[in-house]
Formats: sequence, C-alpha cells, structure tokens
Amino acid sequence: MTLEAAPLFTIENLHAGIEGKEILRGLDLVIDRGEIHALMGPNGSGKSTLAYVIAGHPNYEVYEGRILYKGENILEMTPDERAKLGLFLAFQYPTAIPGVTMANFLRLAVNSVRKARYGEDKALSPREFRRLMREKLAMLRMDESFATRYLNEGFSGGEKKRAEILQMALLEPEFAILDETDSGLDIDALRTVADGVNALFNPNMAMLIITHYQRVLSYIKPHFVHVMLDGKIVASGGPELAEELEVKGYDWLKAEFAETAS
Amino acid sequence: MATEAELELQRLGTEYKYGFRDPEQYVFKSRKGLDREVVEQISWMKNEPDWMRQFRLKALEYFLKRPLPTWGADLSELDFDEIHYYVKPTERQGRSWEEVPEYIKQTFERLGIPEAERKFLAGVGAQYESEVVYHSLREDLERQGVIFVDMDTAVREYPDLVKRYFGTIVPPNDNKFAALNSAVWSGGSFVYVPEGVRVEIPLQAYFRINAENMGQFERTLIIVEPGGYVHYVEGCTAPIYSTASLHSAVVEIIVKEGGRCRYTTIQNWSKNVYNLVTKRAAAYRDATMEWVDGNLGSKVTMKYPAVWLMEPGARGEVLSVAFASDGQHQDAGGKMVHVAPYTSSQIISKSISKGTGRASYRGLVKVHRGAHHVRSNVVCDALLLDEQSRTDTYPYMEIEEEQVSIGHEATVSKVAEEQLFYLQSRGLSEAEAMSMIVNGFIEPITKELPLEYAVELNRLIQLEMEGSVG
Ligand SMILES: Nc1ncnc2c1ncn2[C@@H]1O[C@H](COP(=O)(O)OP(=O)(O)O)[C@@H](O)[C@H]1O
Ligand SMILES: [Mg+2]
Repeated sequence: MTLEAAPLFTIENLHAGIEGKEILRGLDLVIDRGEIHALMGPNGSGKSTLAYVIAGHPNYEVYEGRILYKGENILEMTPDERAKLGLFLAFQYPTAIPGVTMANFLRLAVNSVRKARYGEDKALSPREFRRLMREKLAMLRMDESFATRYLNEGFSGGEKKRAEILQMALLEPEFAILDETDSGLDIDALRTVADGVNALFNPNMAMLIITHYQRVLSYIKPHFVHVMLDGKIVASGGPELAEELEVKGYDWLKAEFAETAS
Repeated sequence: MATEAELELQRLGTEYKYGFRDPEQYVFKSRKGLDREVVEQISWMKNEPDWMRQFRLKALEYFLKRPLPTWGADLSELDFDEIHYYVKPTERQGRSWEEVPEYIKQTFERLGIPEAERKFLAGVGAQYESEVVYHSLREDLERQGVIFVDMDTAVREYPDLVKRYFGTIVPPNDNKFAALNSAVWSGGSFVYVPEGVRVEIPLQAYFRINAENMGQFERTLIIVEPGGYVHYVEGCTAPIYSTASLHSAVVEIIVKEGGRCRYTTIQNWSKNVYNLVTKRAAAYRDATMEWVDGNLGSKVTMKYPAVWLMEPGARGEVLSVAFASDGQHQDAGGKMVHVAPYTSSQIISKSISKGTGRASYRGLVKVHRGAHHVRSNVVCDALLLDEQSRTDTYPYMEIEEEQVSIGHEATVSKVAEEQLFYLQSRGLSEAEAMSMIVNGFIEPITKELPLEYAVELNRLIQLEMEGSVG
C-alpha cells in the first residue's frame, strides 16, 4: 500500500483497559479524510475508554494492537505529541483548571500546535490570536467574557461543551473525536454547536462523533455509523443504522451479538 | 519540536537569568565575623551620629546574648563567623545615572531598571551590595513632600524623623536576627508620605547581593501620615554562590489614621542564601496595611509579615506565595495582632513544594482581651508537585476575647493527573502543563502584583518546572 492510499486513521485489533481490567476487547476501525463516523453504544460499553486511549491518557494500558495515524503508530507518543500531529479530543467531562484563563491557555496551546504543524514562524501574535478567538467565539455564540474566564471553572454543562468546540475551532485538528458533546445541551445550544462543527468540517479532516443518542446525528450527518458493545464494534453501516437503533434500541443487537459470540 | 516556552526555558536554564556575576570591585569590605570593632567600623565608615552608633552597639549585645530560634527552619549550618558584615562598593553614592559606575550600570541594565524607570517608576532606589548607589525621585513627588531615599541618607538628612520612628516597630531586642540587623544594617529605603498625599505610582527598589559570604542587612522604614497612600515594591535577585550567604532585613511600617500602605516583595535569592526577615507594621484608626510577599529561591526562608492593629477600623492583610524546590525550606506565613476592637485581618497563603522542597505555613492570629468585634480569616492552600515533597501548617491562634469571628481553612492538594492530561491533550508539554497549573494556583496572588512582577514570577515558576519533569 502506498502512503497516499493509506487511510488517515486505522485501529487494528485494539485491546486496552485500566488497572488490569480489559475494556476494549479487539477493536478495529478505519477512518479516512472527508469522513464523519458516529460511534454509538450504551453507557459503559467503552466509548470514552477508546477516546482516551487514542488521545494517550497515561492511566490506560494497551495490551495488544496498533493505532495508526498518518501511517505512524501513535501509541508510544505523549498526548501533546499526538495533539501536535493534529489529533483532538473534545472531552465528555472537561477538567477545570483554576486560575488559568481560557485565553492564556489557548494561546499557548494554539501556538504549540501551529509551530509543530505549520512551522516555527507560524505562531500567532497576541493580536492575531485575539482576533481569531473573537471570531470563533462569535461563531459559537459565546460571550467574549469567556476569554478571561478560568478554564472550565464554574462552567455549566452546556458551556463546557461549547468551550470544547471552541478549542477545536482554534486548534484546527485533522482528526477530531467528539465524546458526547451533545449531552447536556438544550436544543438551541445543540444546533449552535452542530452548526459550528459542520462549519469546521472539511474534506481534509475526519471526525468521530461519540454519542448514545441518535438526536445529534440529525444535525451532524455521519457517513458511517458503528455500534459498540462490551468493548467491540458489533455493527457498522450507513446513517440508516442510527435510525434503526433509534427505533429498536440496543437490545436486538445485544441479543444478536450474544448469539454470534457464543 | 521545541515550543516557544521550551526555548525560553532552555535559554533561561543555560544562564540562570539573574545568576550573572560582576568581578568584585570594592572600596571597602569588612573582615569576616562580628564583634564590637566591626560594628564601630561600620558606623565610622558611614559617618553616623552618635545615637545611631550607640543603637548599633546595644543591638550587638542583644544579638550576642540571644540563642538561635529553636523552632522553624534548620539554621545549624549558619556560621556567623564566616560572613562579611559590611561591603561598600563605591566611594560615595551616585546622585544621577551618569555618576553610577559603568559596571554597576551594566548590572542594572540587565535587571531592566532604566527601562522600568522610563515607563512608570516614581523613583528608583537600587541597592548594590550594602550601599545604595543609585537613586532618583520624580520631581512632582518631591514637591508633594514625599521622601524616598536610602536609609543611610535618611539618617543624615532627616534625623528627627528617623530618630522618632527607627526601631519602634521592630525593637533591636525583638529577635536574634532583628538584633543582628540593628547592629550592622546598611542601605534599605526610607519612605515618608505626608498627610493626605497619595503616591499613585509604585515606588520600587531593586536589590542585589554580589559578594561571596556577604550578609545583606538592609533596613527599611515607611511612614504614612493620616490619609496617605503608598505602594512600595521590592524585588530581589541574587547570583548563585557556593557557600552560604545571609540576608537578614528589617522592615518597619507605620500607617496612621485612614492611611494605606501596600508592600510588595518578590524575592528570588540564590539557593544558598539564608533569608531571615522581620517585617512588621502598625496600623492605626481605619488604616490599611497590606503585605504581598512572594518567596522563591533561598536555602532557608523564615518570614512572617505582621500587622499590629492598634485602633478601631484598622485592617491588615497578608498575601503570601512560597515555592520550595529541591533542598529548600520556605517557612513563611503571617501574623495579625488585634490590639483594638473592630479591627479585621486576612491571611492568604499559597505554597508549592517540589522534590525534596518543604514549604511550611506558620501563622499567628492574636486577639487581645477587649478587642471585641474582631474579624479574621486565614486561608492556606498547599500544592504538592510530587510524592516526596512536603508541606506543614502551623496555624497559631491566641484569642482572648469572645465576641470575635475567626475563620481558618487549609487545603493540601496534588497536581491532578486529569488536569495534566487535559492540558497535554491540547499540545502543551508536561512542563508547560505543570507550570500552567501552578501559575493558576497562585493566580489569586499574582493578580495583585504589578504586571512585570507577575510575568517574572510566572517565568521563574516555569524555570523551576523545567527540572521537575523527565
Ligand atoms: N478509571 C476507571 N477505572 C476503572 N474502570 C473504569 C474507569 N473508567 C471506565 N471504567 C469502566 O470501563 C467501562 C467503559 O467505560 P467508558 O469507556 O466510560 O464507557 P462509555 O463511554 O461507553 O460510557 C465501564 O465498565 C467503566 O466502569
Ligand atoms: Mg463515555
């Protein structure tokens, strides 16, 4: 396979867990540029675990398998090295950092990533950064005061989710994972966030939307839908799979999966 | 690939920013050790009036009599016989920038003084060794009657004011190190703010030690007359030396009715310095005294800025940051003594310990009998950066009155893995993530600092973080 033909992102036979407990049990996934994939599955099926393993959370252990991104196995890389290659995770539960303003944090993050990806001279001046930040805040209908608030400190559930997408907008990832970004958003907020995500998407990047509701998928249209149960992908298909799940729930898959597994 | 911050760190790391050193060029340097003859010599060199000579000699007796404190940090390695107690670098004090010797100018330039002055300084008193060599004061302040001179000059030119207040807030027999300072003091600032005068721009002094085994014993006295206001800022940097140095300052402040004084220090002594400082203020009716105190560097620091709340309505505040890294012991805190009713105080202390570093909070809130309706609040937060680092809290309360409201909160936390991971997942290196978390932790205090000091403090912390992660 030549390099150009290789997909952007490939997971091969991934076994991973935490504290000796295996959560992901043989997972395969291929995602290419220009694609939006949805990963669905009931609570506890291992979706966030997968997101953390991809982003490089130090507490998770990988027992077997590979994750290839742009042809490189990223499993040995630190989280910041992965970010500097254009990976991004919108957290399900973003962490608060008291005393650190959004603007100070994001300027350092954006410039670290820009310099690594585009070259040392591509850092933004404070003025350029402010302009960009204002633009993205407006896009997500967020008040400018967010810039001077402390990172995720005292943010409502919805504010946290918007702030994650704001970070994505500024960091311009090539591969973005959105872990339950829709949960905790009311319908207007969901629409704003979805509009933002759609505006950010382009044929050069890929996205993995993790959710356990079908709702968000009527705003962000996936090309592929995967269903995860007990640490494995048990079904993959087109957008119609999400609709089927909406009608039938996960139980039919569980029954089917139990049969094939036995 | 190295980020902007990492490159900065590398640059700073290779040449410890303020660790540069001038070749020693001294006009006079006292011999090592301390006795009556050395004290007499200091007084003679300074051409002092007899009362000051007597004051010094009396203080020397107290110093020799008093034992070392048995509490707080370990001072057993401190050898009083190995210290030069007085070094006079130039023949006389420079009055204008042109008169300051070239090599000293270079040092100041590297410390950024002329630039700072151009920007907004009201006056600069910079201490080089034991003698103030450069000093300037803006003309409009002078016209308002504000005095901002080095202490030596004050003894000569304002003898009545000095004689009236010197040693009244920190008497020479207060403690061993106050006695030592009283015997051998040299340099420091004298600030006088007349009634109703508000000094709108901070008065700044830069301090620097530059002789091996040299003690620095500056003495500062600030008097704020009724309704006056001043913000005094002192930053200290020191080069790295192989054998222990001693810094033992005394600061005395008097804030009269309705006046306000803020005293800001960021000190970054090199890691062999014993930093043993007595800072005390008396606040009278409706007066406010605020100490903002940042302690980095040094081998041992013992420093507890104090406010004596003398009359109703007086308010005292201490905001303190201590950073103890490998081999350092920061024993810092604050003291509030409520002598009068209807007085209030607050102590906010933030400490960070790294590696074998140890940061202790030591504080006292004392309420005298009859001082009813006192309000006092103490918050001390400790952040531990790794498994071995250590923190202790010694919050003393001596409350002799019942109708009071006293609050005390203490927290100890570790840098959370989740926070590090979150920041790293956005492209920050581990060291960058760590310094961002630490700087966030002390933000309630840095936001009170003049901007360039806040920047400097954040940078110093970044530098400290560089070594902490592999
Ligand atoms: N830190 C942890 N320690 C132990 N078990 C965990 C931890 N995080 C998640 N798990 C377990 O891993 C499984 C998958 O969790 P998670 O990946 O959060 O699922 P999902 O995101 O699909 O709801 C669950 O059984 C959960 O209890
Ligand atoms: Mg989850």
